[in-house]
Amino acid sequence: MGIRYRQERIDRKVKARSDDVYALSSYREISYLLVPRVLPIIALLVLPLFLGVYWQKVLVIGCIIALLSLSWDLIASTGMICLGQALFFGVGGYFTGVLNHYLGLPIYLAIPAATLSGGAFCAILLSLALRLRGLYFGLVTFVLPMMFYRIIEATKILGGTEGLPALSRFPNTWVEMYLAIGIVLLCLFVFRRLINTDYGLVLMGIRDNDRAVMRGGINTYWFKFQALLIGSLVGAFAGAFMTHHLGFVGMSAFSLDYCILPVASTVVGGIGTFAGAALGASILVPLSEALRALGTLRIVIYSLMMTIFIVTLPEGIFHYLERRYHQFVRLVEIELEE
Amino acid sequence: MNHRSFLRVDGLTKRFGGLMAVDHVSFDLQKGNILGIIGPNGSGKTTLVNLITGFVKSDSGKVIYQDEEITGLAPHKIACLGIVRTFQMVKPFYQLPAFKNLIIPLYSSRVRKTKGGKYGKRGDVAIDLLEEVGFERDSFVPYKIAGSLPHGYLKRMELAQCLALQPEIIILDELFSGMNMSEIASTMPIIEKLKLEGKTIIMIEHRLWELFRISDSVIVLNFGRKIAEGTPKEVLHSEEVKQAYLGSEAMGNE
Repeated sequence: MGIRYRQERIDRKVKARSDDVYALSSYREISYLLVPRVLPIIALLVLPLFLGVYWQKVLVIGCIIALLSLSWDLIASTGMICLGQALFFGVGGYFTGVLNHYLGLPIYLAIPAATLSGGAFCAILLSLALRLRGLYFGLVTFVLPMMFYRIIEATKILGGTEGLPALSRFPNTWVEMYLAIGIVLLCLFVFRRLINTDYGLVLMGIRDNDRAVMRGGINTYWFKFQALLIGSLVGAFAGAFMTHHLGFVGMSAFSLDYCILPVASTVVGGIGTFAGAALGASILVPLSEALRALGTLRIVIYSLMMTIFIVTLPEGIFHYLERRYHQFVRLVEIELEE
Repeated sequence: MNHRSFLRVDGLTKRFGGLMAVDHVSFDLQKGNILGIIGPNGSGKTTLVNLITGFVKSDSGKVIYQDEEITGLAPHKIACLGIVRTFQMVKPFYQLPAFKNLIIPLYSSRVRKTKGGKYGKRGDVAIDLLEEVGFERDSFVPYKIAGSLPHGYLKRMELAQCLALQPEIIILDELFSGMNMSEIASTMPIIEKLKLEGKTIIMIEHRLWELFRISDSVIVLNFGRKIAEGTPKEVLHSEEVKQAYLGSEAMGNE
């Protein structure tokens, strides 16, 4: 005979009260809903004012990786595990590079044009693999960026290993930073709204059980293609933005980093929430920069920290925070009978 | 050939390697009738359903629906034409509340009439449909996560997911399997009501008593072949059916 305890999670009262439109009736409930949404936005908007030039660049790169992670999360919400985000990134980067370098298109035309054409190009390319599932789809997506990497290396097109140098850069770092932040916030907002609509429900249904969705009279391949298209548009934009941030595009745009970082960010931050993907990117990218002082050991420490994150919080940081915000934990006695 | 048949299956065949899963099965189905399909385990009943609804491509044979050939069409197209099936193994979206499970079929092009929105019309239609299959409207049941519902409810939710498409032909693949007696008793009137509404139903069932009571005609499959066809009474007294179910030795020993 002994008394043991088990944890019980219970919703906070204020959560129950603010579930409905009645939340508008009191400041407490309104602030309960608004603070977690508005506070990060304000923080993100104010942050650049306090950063040095170096960390401002890190912030832009963080935003770009966040966009790639958001794109990954949307595609994953539809049940497609993409292991080759670098495909979108590289295609977007090279498209804008070509438009800017060879055709002399100004930056504000090159980026949108590269986003649209690059996104469509990737989506059509990947639509060949649309019938594959799980790991098989993942492998195809994983191989494609490597293929482009080698094609550029072997055929020496588009500048070969040298890349396309001296591309136009953003005229003003402030414009660049706030554009990056704005697009991340917009994308985050749109995706979170999208997944809560009936359309989003269909996408998640395809992830959970595509045969049941087919039975429901819905063309799953068409919806998967649409999700892929949205994802690759965002990914191509990230690549195009990066190109003009650096003023250069090279084979490294197709490198493994851009395949793994978005997946790692989303897993660390929490899959399926989009906010988690952005949060993960905003942790991993600065972390990687902060560890630069350690030299070669950087990757070791970085990998260890990522392992610890994932093992201790497999659900992801955002899911954990969300749960702690909405629920409290109490211990309940359970009596054991001998 | 009867030109007025609603659904005609003509020599449908499917081979999995050396196994004849469905072997030249043909039948005619009139509008408003209930066709029962019975047969021992592994006799090809579910494969037949998969062939009709397009989930599996047939090797040969035709499926003709309202004078139009639908053999080899994609599953979603067949569903949009109004031939909708339930799954023998329930396939709910486990993390979603029960009523949201119905939003997905309601989103299909066949039923775009109902408007969307978070708590909009589609949600209301979903709740109505769930009530139709015996989910108590005023309880929490329609709002519960599908993964937490008992099996009997999930089976009926399968039926509601079918009904969401306003189907012409409903194919019930062992709807009663895994239901207890009281659940079956409460589900039977739903099927009878569907019949009164003029729906055409194909029922695959191991619960012969219920099946024979409700169906207009029955076909019997064994090793993928149709071995008997007729009214429930004829089939019940057919020697071949007895043999298929009880085994030839059992018959011989009598």
